[in-house]
Amino acid sequence: MLDTDTPRAGASPAARIPNPPVKRKGQGNMARRNLRNGLLFASPWIVGFVCFTLYPLVASMYYSLCAFSGLNHPVFIGLENYRQIISDELFTKSLGNTMYMVIVGLPLSLIAALALAMLLNQKVRGISVYRTIYYLPSLVPAVASAILWMWLLNPEIGLINRLLAPAFAAFHSAPPAWLGDPHWAKPALVMMGVWGAGGSVIIYLAGLQDVPTSLYEAADLDGATAWAKFRNVTVPMISPIIFFNLIMGIIGTFQYFTQAFVMTQGGPQDATMFYALRLFNSAFIDWKMGYASAMAWILFAITLVCTIVVMKTSGRWVYYGGGDE
Amino acid sequence: MTAVEKAAGAAPMKSRRSADRIRLVVTHLSLMALAVVFVAPFYWMVSTSLKQDRQIFDPASWYPNPVMWANYKHALTYIPFLRYTENTLLICAVSMFGTVLSCSLVAYSFGRIQWKGRDALFVLVLATLMLPGQVTMIPVFLIFKWLGWIGSYKPLLVPTFFGSAFYVFLLRQFFRSIPAELSESARMDGATEGGIYARIIMPLSKPALATVALFTFIGAWTDFMGPLLFINDPNKYTLSLGLQQFVSQHGAEWSMLMAASTVMALPIIVLYFLAQRTFVEGITLTGIKG
Repeated sequence: MLDTDTPRAGASPAARIPNPPVKRKGQGNMARRNLRNGLLFASPWIVGFVCFTLYPLVASMYYSLCAFSGLNHPVFIGLENYRQIISDELFTKSLGNTMYMVIVGLPLSLIAALALAMLLNQKVRGISVYRTIYYLPSLVPAVASAILWMWLLNPEIGLINRLLAPAFAAFHSAPPAWLGDPHWAKPALVMMGVWGAGGSVIIYLAGLQDVPTSLYEAADLDGATAWAKFRNVTVPMISPIIFFNLIMGIIGTFQYFTQAFVMTQGGPQDATMFYALRLFNSAFIDWKMGYASAMAWILFAITLVCTIVVMKTSGRWVYYGGGDE
Repeated sequence: MTAVEKAAGAAPMKSRRSADRIRLVVTHLSLMALAVVFVAPFYWMVSTSLKQDRQIFDPASWYPNPVMWANYKHALTYIPFLRYTENTLLICAVSMFGTVLSCSLVAYSFGRIQWKGRDALFVLVLATLMLPGQVTMIPVFLIFKWLGWIGSYKPLLVPTFFGSAFYVFLLRQFFRSIPAELSESARMDGATEGGIYARIIMPLSKPALATVALFTFIGAWTDFMGPLLFINDPNKYTLSLGLQQFVSQHGAEWSMLMAASTVMALPIIVLYFLAQRTFVEGITLTGIKG
C-alpha cells in the first residue's frame, strides 16, 4: 500500500507542498482509503454485532410474540406471553426479590464500599496491606465464593452462626438460619456481596485520591466538621463515581444469577428466585423460549427505565468539576 | 502577659494533637477489625480444607488438628480437577488471544483512523454495553445449536474473535492517548495501516493490552453462565461448572469442596500479587473512564 504520490520524509520542503487541485484529489483518495481501512479494522466487531447482537435482538423480539419451545417452529401468538407473564405469581415474586436487591442490597453495598474506601484513603502505616486484604475477596471466582458462603452460612456449624450463637443464647434465642430462612436468605446474599465489593472500593479509592487536598484545607480554615467536609467536599467531588457505580450496579443486579443458581436454586420458598434465574429456568428447564424471550424484553425495559430515572436525576446531585468527560 | 498568651495558644494545639492521636488509633483499630472480618472467610475455607471429617462438624474445632494435606490429593482426584483445569486453561488461552487480537484491531479503527460514520458506530458499540445478556441469550443459543456447536467449546471461543465492546472501549481510550504524529510520520514513510498497527501502536500499548489479557483470563477462568449453557459433556466441564455440578450431586463434602475452592481461587490471587499494578490500573481505567 505504498502511495507513490506521498512525499518521502527526505524530500525538500518545497516538494512537500502539493498544488491545490492535487491536494483535493489526494484528500478524496485519503478519505476513501481511510473509510476502507476503518471498516476493515472494525470488521470483526461489525460482523460480531450483526451475528451476536442485531440478529438475536430481532429474533428475540419475534420469539417473544410466539409459542416456541426451541425445538418446534415458532407459532405467532401476539402478546399472549406478556399477558401470561404478568399474571404469573412467580414472575411477580422474582421481580420483587430482584427489586429488593436493587433498592436495599445495592445502596447498602455502595455505602459500605464508600466507607471502606474512605478508611483506606487514610495515610497510616501498612495501608497498602489493608488495601490488598479488602480487595482479595473480589478475586475469588463466583462459584468458589458461592460454595464458600454456603459453608460459612450453614445454620448449625457455619462460622457465622458459631460466632453468633453465644450472643443469641444470652437472649434465649438462636441465630438466623440464613439461606434456610425465607426472611434471611436475601440479607445473607447482600452480606456476601459486601464481602466481595473490593472492585467498587478500588474505584472509589481512586476517586478519593483525586480530590484536591486544597479543598479540605480550605474547609479546615473555615472550621468545618468532619461530617460537613464529607457532605460538602467528598460527596460532590466523587459524585460522578458514585453515579457510575450506581448505574453499573443497577444493570448488574438485575442480572443477578450465579450465586442464586449455585447456592439456593431460588429457595427457600422462592425467597431467592431472582429475575434472571426465573428467566433461565423458563428457557432451559421448561423450554419455553418464547415466554423467556418476553421476560428478557421486560427485563431490558425495566433496567432501561431505572437507568434513565437515575440519569435524569443525576443533574441534581452529580457534580462534574474539571470538565473531564 | 506573654507567658499567658503562649499558654492560651498552646492549649488548643495540644488538644488538637491528642485528638489527632485518638483519630489515628480509631483508624488503626477499625482497619484491623475489618481486616479480620474480610480474612475470616479465607481462614475458614483453608482451615476446613485441612480438617478431618469428624472435626468439620465439631463445634469446638477452630483449627485443623491434625493437618490433613491428604484432603487436597483426595479432592483433586475425586473431582476430576486436573481435567477441569486443563479445559479451563485451554479456554482461557484461546479467549485471551481472540480478545486481544480482535479488540485491538477494532479499537485501532475507532481510535486511530478518521473515517466517515466512525463516531456513530462507536456510539453503537457503547450502547451494546447497556444491553442485558439475557435479551440475546436465547437466539445466540439457538444459532449455536443450529450450527451443531452445543457441547463443544466453539460457542465459548468463537465469539471472542469478534471483539467485546468493553475492551474495545478501553483500548480505544488508550490508543487515542498515543500522539498522532507517530502515525503521521510513519505514513509519510509509506507505512500501511497494518504496519502502523503492528509496529507502532501495539508495542506502545503493552500495559493496556496486558490489562485486557488479564481481565479476559479472569473472565474465562471464572465464567459460569457460558459453560452452563453450552457444555453438557462432563469430560469438557470447566472448573466453575465442574465444581457447581459436584455440589449439586454430592452436597456436603465440605473438606473436599473447600480444598477445590481454594485451588480454584489461588491462581487469581497469585496473579494479583504478580501483576498488582495492572490490576489496579485496569479497574480504575475501566471504572472511571467507563
